[in-house]
Amino acid sequence: MNQIIILLPIALLLGFLGLIAFVWSIHNGQYDDMKGAAERILLDDIDEK
Amino acid sequence: MFPKVPTLITSASKISKGSLDDERLRVASRVIDNETLQTDFYLPDMHCAGCVMRIERELGKLEGVLSARANLTLRRVAIVWKHFETNASTLSAELDKLGFKHIPLQHGSLSVDDDSDSLQQLLLCLGVAGFGAANIMLLSISVWSGADAETRQLFHLVSGLVAIPTAIFSGRPFFLSAFNSLSYARLNMDVPISLAIVLALAISIWESLNGGLHAYFDAALMLLFFLLIGRTLDHMMRTRARNAVKLLSSMAAKGAVRIRDNEDQEYVQAEQIIPGDRLQISPGERVPVDGVVLGEGSDIDRSLVTGESVSVFVQNGEAIEAGTLNLTRPLIIEALKTAHKSFLAEVLHMMEAAESGKAKYMRIADRAAAIYAPAVHILALCAFIGWIIVSNGNWHMSIYIAVSVLIITCPCALGLAVPIVHVVGAGRLFDEGILIKDGSGFERLSEIDTVVFDKTGTLTKGEFNVIETHATSVQLAQAIALAQTSRHPAARAVANLHSHSSSHVTSKLSEVREYPGLGIEASCEGRRVRLGRPSWVKNIVGNSPELAENISMTTLWFAEEANSVATFTMTDELRVAAAETIKKLQASKLDIHILSGDNQEVVHQVANQLGITTFFAEQRPADKIAYIQNLQARGCRVLMIGDGLNDAPALSAAHASMAPSSGSDVGRQAADFVLTNVRLSGVAFAHDIAKRTGRLVKQNIIIAILYNCIAVPLACLGLVTPLVAAVSMSGSSVLVVANSMRLHFTRSTLSTKKEVNP
Repeated sequence: MNQIIILLPIALLLGFLGLIAFVWSIHNGQYDDMKGAAERILLDDIDEK
Repeated sequence: MFPKVPTLITSASKISKGSLDDERLRVASRVIDNETLQTDFYLPDMHCAGCVMRIERELGKLEGVLSARANLTLRRVAIVWKHFETNASTLSAELDKLGFKHIPLQHGSLSVDDDSDSLQQLLLCLGVAGFGAANIMLLSISVWSGADAETRQLFHLVSGLVAIPTAIFSGRPFFLSAFNSLSYARLNMDVPISLAIVLALAISIWESLNGGLHAYFDAALMLLFFLLIGRTLDHMMRTRARNAVKLLSSMAAKGAVRIRDNEDQEYVQAEQIIPGDRLQISPGERVPVDGVVLGEGSDIDRSLVTGESVSVFVQNGEAIEAGTLNLTRPLIIEALKTAHKSFLAEVLHMMEAAESGKAKYMRIADRAAAIYAPAVHILALCAFIGWIIVSNGNWHMSIYIAVSVLIITCPCALGLAVPIVHVVGAGRLFDEGILIKDGSGFERLSEIDTVVFDKTGTLTKGEFNVIETHATSVQLAQAIALAQTSRHPAARAVANLHSHSSSHVTSKLSEVREYPGLGIEASCEGRRVRLGRPSWVKNIVGNSPELAENISMTTLWFAEEANSVATFTMTDELRVAAAETIKKLQASKLDIHILSGDNQEVVHQVANQLGITTFFAEQRPADKIAYIQNLQARGCRVLMIGDGLNDAPALSAAHASMAPSSGSDVGRQAADFVLTNVRLSGVAFAHDIAKRTGRLVKQNIIIAILYNCIAVPLACLGLVTPLVAAVSMSGSSVLVVANSMRLHFTRSTLSTKKEVNP
């Protein structure tokens, strides 16, 4: 029982962290250009002026 | 915000092909600070990493450009630039040079979008539901694997504490929709869904508080999670298509250059134009409002308005409708009406009237729900009454079994089945350049038995092409040189011969003058040359061949003073793959008709060429709508394909509709499908995909019902534990999704791949 009382909040907290990360990624625009990111990795870096 | 730049009077020669007006681009841009602007363009042809690299690098090299960032998914590029160091038309010209068709985006028309807002809401609901379902599933697994009494009790309570707020937050889309539907006394899919979730949660809470064995928190949240996936995908599909259509719309003239009383010029939005304003319409621009021509005339193209493909000449005092395209000379018009009261408004009014008929269409999923929901509820009631009798009035057990029937029959697979198929179908169409605005378009398209085509701009390209030339190489070179000075479609066609001709003769032309409605005259080494209408060119030649006026063709003559005549015969060319498409549609037993605003002669010719026997010419918008309504009253399901303003009401009236993206805004807004490809084969492909999606939806519904046939008896017998409910629910969902994915592998019927930019 003791273990459960410690482990349960930890499990929920970890899940909650995942949720926060997901919400952040939506607002951060991580899903805005799924195709472009996949293709961009193949390109050489563009020289900055 | 930024210093006023005097607008140049753009003359015909001033506008380079495709480059857009400086000031128009400025109006569309977002102001970042005093000297920095951001301009967004939509590039429909950008589809690989190479394009992205070229665009970003070449634009980045330009003086004054701070950054250029391309988004491949949305096919947009955002350019941040300093307006003291460069100007917007340089950006546009650079994109032209790279060979990309580009459409400036009106800032604010997309970013402050209800759609993207509600997508964020859905994603948030989905994330929260996923979090809840995952955690509860963890706890449930320990319960299933044999947690003892006290631990089970605790786990149930913790599950409940997570499940209730999650369900309240994530379930809103379903609860609200169910509530709305019930308040109109109709049943949709969301009613049984909401009921099952609420009841499952209620009985689980009651059970956990009373130390019961089973709780259905996991099943309720998993149901919510799966359904939200379907709903989010569906929403993304619709937003993508709608945005793309909206982007195409921003291509059209949204304003005009107004000439003030003191002869100053300013660029104004179409909404700001008031009757009495004097407007200047440059060649290549569309007229924003109904008006009357002042001063010198010009050739105009009214094909989007009337369907007539041959250009007409308007002069001082003549009326001109919104939506017509000015071709040859800058026109000054006086606005007669505001943009909202123009010819356009009349068309919109007809569309609204027609659309009210279509609103009655019920989606397959909702039609299924209308039968399914009452059946399930009656079944649950029967199970309840049956168990009360059998168990001699054991209320607790009877309610428990009735609820487990409701949970197990909840149309999880059904709710997921339809949107998944539509999303996969829409993705396939999107790859082939066909946009679908609403999933129900698939259902309606698969039911059609009659196809009605418009001619100009739909079956044909709406532009002229030379099909026959009688000219010596010297004459050809001179004619091409002369034609290159004009924007008139017929002259363009002659100018396009340039790439085919092998002659190396260069002609020196001077004193080029364009006579609207007649042709172009110039002086070549001291002698007059003319290219234009036969009757006009004839005046400068001594002896001329017979004048054979054939209405279906346009003939241009070219002649040097007192010399022999060269002729160019041209016609409005058929779209690529038009004939194959018509054959394919006829092979699938569809009735094909043509309704055109053009004259009898031309329509007859096109119909003959394509082997279509039913055709009607000189149709006005009201005639078209009446024709479609008449067909539908006789029980036909009509697919209307058209591009013009004059087609828009008919598009709304038809059972399903398509519009090529080259057409009018209103046409694209009215249609269910938009074809961005120049090939007509998209029509047959879309029809094929629609029929396949129809089949898959039916298969999926059958899978869902089969699953119920097995699960419901178990539930009625009281054998469904939370474990069985959870496993069977996800099992059927996975099966349905896997089945839908088969559509993804449909082979393209478009024979060639999309042309790749060099």
